[in-house]
Amino acid sequence: MIERVSPVRRAREAGSSIRPRLGVVKFASCDGCQLTLLDLEDEFLALTERFEIVEFAEATTNRSDGPYDVLLVEGSISTPEQAEEIVRLRRQTPLLVTIGACATAGGIQALRNWGDETDFRAAVYAHPEYIESLAFATPISDHVAVDAELRGCPIDPGQLVELLTSLIVGRRPQLPDESVCLECKRRNAVCVAVAGGFACLGPVTRTGCGALCPAYGRGCYGCFGPREQANARGLARHLQVVEGRAPADVGRLFAGFTAYSEPFRSMVTELGGVAAPGVAPGGGPARESHDA
Amino acid sequence: MHDTLIPAGLDAVFDVPMVTRVEGEGSLRLRVRNGVVEEARLAIFEAPRYFEKLVVGRTPDEVIDIVARICGICPIAYQMSAVHAFEDLFGVEIDPEVRRLRRLLYCGEWIESHALHVYLLHLPDFLGYPSAVELARDHRPAVEQALLLKRTGNRLVKLLGGRPIHPISVRVGGFSRVPRRSELEALRPELEAAVAQARATLDLVTTLPVPEYEREPRLVSLRHPTEYPFNDGRIVSNDGIDLRPSDWREAFHEEHHEGSNALHARTADGGVYLLGPAARVALAGEQLHSLAAEALRATGLVAHIRRNPYWSIAARAIELIGATAEALDIVDGYRPPAAPAVPWTPRPGVAAWATEAPRGLLFHRYEVDERGRIAAAQIVPPTSQNQGAIEADLVSFAPHVLDLPHDQATIRLEQLIRSYDPCISCATHFLDLSIERR
Repeated sequence: MIERVSPVRRAREAGSSIRPRLGVVKFASCDGCQLTLLDLEDEFLALTERFEIVEFAEATTNRSDGPYDVLLVEGSISTPEQAEEIVRLRRQTPLLVTIGACATAGGIQALRNWGDETDFRAAVYAHPEYIESLAFATPISDHVAVDAELRGCPIDPGQLVELLTSLIVGRRPQLPDESVCLECKRRNAVCVAVAGGFACLGPVTRTGCGALCPAYGRGCYGCFGPREQANARGLARHLQVVEGRAPADVGRLFAGFTAYSEPFRSMVTELGGVAAPGVAPGGGPARESHDA
Repeated sequence: MHDTLIPAGLDAVFDVPMVTRVEGEGSLRLRVRNGVVEEARLAIFEAPRYFEKLVVGRTPDEVIDIVARICGICPIAYQMSAVHAFEDLFGVEIDPEVRRLRRLLYCGEWIESHALHVYLLHLPDFLGYPSAVELARDHRPAVEQALLLKRTGNRLVKLLGGRPIHPISVRVGGFSRVPRRSELEALRPELEAAVAQARATLDLVTTLPVPEYEREPRLVSLRHPTEYPFNDGRIVSNDGIDLRPSDWREAFHEEHHEGSNALHARTADGGVYLLGPAARVALAGEQLHSLAAEALRATGLVAHIRRNPYWSIAARAIELIGATAEALDIVDGYRPPAAPAVPWTPRPGVAAWATEAPRGLLFHRYEVDERGRIAAAQIVPPTSQNQGAIEADLVSFAPHVLDLPHDQATIRLEQLIRSYDPCISCATHFLDLSIERR
């Protein structure tokens, strides 16, 4: 077991010349969240002065299997090798931070969890037998303990800086758990649901994006996932009863980049959108919920 | 790690279990016997994500949001091929200003992606650094210039699309929101600086020690009579292919090989071909922005860019000049369209289109049903089309490095792979370097 010593304390005890060892790894994903590190641009070079980047295959040829002081993990677990690798990585770091919707919620590829994985393989590949894949694409927290998470598809650069800064100074990161609606009001955006007639997940989705979609004239599609105690069922009912939308249309709205997070997951199962209504992840009836 | 000198004529294996400074996860394995390369394989072990199946049952606008997630570096390319495919099928005539804004958005992605590749992924190879972080210790102004250029590209995308990665505003018929003139004008000083930074980038890359290696690849890109290709044009090759952007399947097909989570594309006769900046400069160079065309002529590198894959770094620098200069022109001429989007009605049929991603031609094909939902999809990313050409180049290039120490030979081979800017996440539907010397 690795002793749980904060990178900051270790650095302080050893004198300021030692920088925390930062690793960045990925599983099934688009690379967009780790790209956000490079997209910090002005702050990226400053960051490399505070952290020693020991593993970040997209950016450097230097590699390290660990140990790390902080490990940022992108992507969801989709193959048997990945399921083994995340357990190995967990032993190499006292601080494991998941970054982005794939790592925190399974990502868009988790939509296949509602179907039969072999059908997916056969639909895309001429030789499905060449492909190794698990039955479910799952978030990192289904496999190992996670110390902190950054939501979003992609993550927000501001939140990434906040997280890394908080690690350096040794405090809790300030990551809001408000709805997109609150952010929207602060932004003085006109409500796209009320005034524009758009289907919008804003009331049940955690902010972090800065209420982008409403500001750009469209409804929120849930990139940052459900906020705590999100009343997804209430919103689903409103979208059907008050706004007159078909159940499958509402189901598809929840069936986005964070669909595998509760309570969005239940809405997709109940209303359909990626499979027939009532079909739970795994392809079975809704009652037999799957245990990842 | 080996650092023994292996003379030509001996047997050897080169293995790179994970190629770094590329987007996504892949490995290279090269097997040499009696000085002859028996096998070169780029294996893609990036996990499959099944996008073609994920979009089934979805509406066209949902598809635009979903396919962006194939790639964090070039989401706009995915959105562009999809949106033009649908608009072509549905007979949607977009506003000319909207069309220009789409080009501006693509300029932003090319600037961001090319600046990233030239400086952060590729340049460390030429100068012998493991990454841009170490490069920055000795060449800080160059890296700062890169980050400024990249930031300008990202700011364009952010203004038009809401955020640099997975932008949100592209919709069938136009955009969900178009910028005010003043918002674009605010970017003007930065874009002017970017043109100068792009020129300085070309000056820098033309001083690099580029390995000598030549071949004549089959090249494919879009070509348009009056524009450097982004969203529109015909699919052309240097050996006579000339097709509508919707008709990719008439000349090409995909194959599935063991040991790869990517499909490989071939021409109808089973041949390999190369896409990307070098192909575009070779096939569509006449349409380059005048500033880029002048800069290209001044380098005298036209033939080198076509024949030597390592010179792709100059092709990217040329395209950086073109994209920054065109972005500035579009900003200067912008008049907001009457509406961000025009109304449209879906119709059943096949929606297919190709656009030019930073890494090359990206083809999408969707079967749309009576309700306007996707019944089937085919997405052919540039890297899965380039993979055959990359492997062929590895086979022909490897004998040039066999007398180098194993470590250095491996670096050269990895550098060759990086010169194509492979995007493995895209191709997963790419890349594992092991060189086997037996």
